[in-house]
Amino acid sequence: MPSQAAALATPSITVRRRRRGFRYWTEQESVFAWLMIIPPLLFLIALVGYPFVYGILLSLEDRPVAHAGTFVGLQNFVTNFHDPVFWQVARNTFLYTFCATVLKAVGGLGMALVMNQVFPAKNVIRALMLLPFIVPTVLSTVAWMWILDPSFSVVNWAMFQLGFPRPGPAWLGNPSLAMFSLIMINTWRGLPFYGITLLAGLQTIPPDLHEAAVIDGAGTWARFRYITLPLLMPVIFIVTLFSVIFTFSDFQLVYVLTRGGPANATHLFATYAFDIAMGAGQFGLGASVALAMLPALAVVIAGLAFYMRRR
Amino acid sequence: MVHGHGWTGRALRLWLPLGFFLIVTLFPFYWMAITSLKPNAELYSTKVMPLIVHHPTLKHYVDLLTETSFLQWTWNTTIVAVVSTAISLVFGSMLAYPLARMNFPGGALIAFAVAATYLVPQPLLFIPLADIINRLGLGNTLTSVILTYPTMLVPFCAWLLMGYFKTVPRDLEDAARIDGATRVQTMVRVILPLCTPGFISAGIFAFTLAQNEFLYALIFLTNTDVRTVPVGAIAELVRGDVFYWGQLMAAALLGSIPVAIIYSFFVEHYVAGLTSGSVKA
Repeated sequence: MPSQAAALATPSITVRRRRRGFRYWTEQESVFAWLMIIPPLLFLIALVGYPFVYGILLSLEDRPVAHAGTFVGLQNFVTNFHDPVFWQVARNTFLYTFCATVLKAVGGLGMALVMNQVFPAKNVIRALMLLPFIVPTVLSTVAWMWILDPSFSVVNWAMFQLGFPRPGPAWLGNPSLAMFSLIMINTWRGLPFYGITLLAGLQTIPPDLHEAAVIDGAGTWARFRYITLPLLMPVIFIVTLFSVIFTFSDFQLVYVLTRGGPANATHLFATYAFDIAMGAGQFGLGASVALAMLPALAVVIAGLAFYMRRR
Repeated sequence: MVHGHGWTGRALRLWLPLGFFLIVTLFPFYWMAITSLKPNAELYSTKVMPLIVHHPTLKHYVDLLTETSFLQWTWNTTIVAVVSTAISLVFGSMLAYPLARMNFPGGALIAFAVAATYLVPQPLLFIPLADIINRLGLGNTLTSVILTYPTMLVPFCAWLLMGYFKTVPRDLEDAARIDGATRVQTMVRVILPLCTPGFISAGIFAFTLAQNEFLYALIFLTNTDVRTVPVGAIAELVRGDVFYWGQLMAAALLGSIPVAIIYSFFVEHYVAGLTSGSVKA
């Protein structure tokens, strides 16, 4: 005991007060954490945060490409407000997002339910089903453009064989049909994302629940309605929010297939902003059109944040 | 919901819808393939049955590889995808590691900011970015896209890796620390190797996203020799109103094949990455 007491007593007298070195400092949890985070954080601030703020400033300027801008306040937004094309673009974007999202959610749920059964070569089939989602969108969209070609469309050829008159509908040339075609192609591309994610969600539902329900006499529909659907709801919710964000801000499909035409019938916010900024060289006005997406996106992102927090 | 039993029930519940989904999913790829093999005479004829190739030819592939810069575009795309994926994995893990495993002031705010960054769509940023890239003199360089792609990929990789980092038991870290390992050694030698599947998932996902990107490449790269495959195909195989359909389809197929091959080796990792955001494993 005495020796221990001595050992306890000595340090305060004999041990040198070591200077807390660089090493000691970096081993602190919060210092280490911030040292790790700062480089990627600076990168994101420089290339996401700064452009975002700069975009807001641009939207308040009259800024022809390759010229200095002049501050015009909210003039660009007023211009948009009085521009009938802007409102048509807004309607197009909401219609496109709504229809494509509903189709993808319903179709994706169907795909997941079909894929959740037992059948041979399941992994290969699942891999094939995901192809539209992984292949470069622009390249598969080019294939669709050729499928819907005004003169050599294979769809119209098939319709002709079934007795419809030639030359058949102009899929990308008629305003309503063009929007319809875009919605279908967006659905084709996005469906696997829903299908495969919802399938993964289905596989987390314990089979006991279905077995217990069968014993209690529940039919297929009742089990779907009262077990599958409620348990899948969180996954459906998240996938839909993600999909809404990326459908709402879609650019590639429209740029490749119609460039917003015919007569602006398929212009979305992203393609219209591109036309104004890159085509007409009006950076300020273009930035204001792009920013018009922000309120709707903010609602969706806030919904997602709220939901994540509650979980 | 079908109540049938035996093979009719199974046909209605499984094979019929499965067949429908498969045909709809795969038909455009089939169409790409056969279009790229058809001679022009067959391509632009309304008399011939279009669903099969009557006189297959490789002419479009030969033309694509000899008359256009397709190989250059493929090379550019590969460089861009590899470098931006590497940057994204490094930065992503630098963000994810502290966020997943450490308590520090400001952590919750950073985690939220990373998630929000992931959800900022490109069209919101492309106009200011175009101006910034021009002012930096980076227009028409691969650097422009190598710098901007990670802005979408870093938040995604960070988010995905956080999930994996969280699964490593705390005891392992404590044991390493007691044995005298520094925080860096603990991270590099103990935690990161255990999360290899996470890196593969994040890497594959980031790589395919980088290969598929179109908007930034379209705006920043306007010279033939720096273009990536998607932009090159759209900008140079469509001249005015003339579409070189055979070459376009050959380019679409060849441009899709590398992604499809890599993907086929790592389907499970890809699916894990795809579903990680929404399905709690």
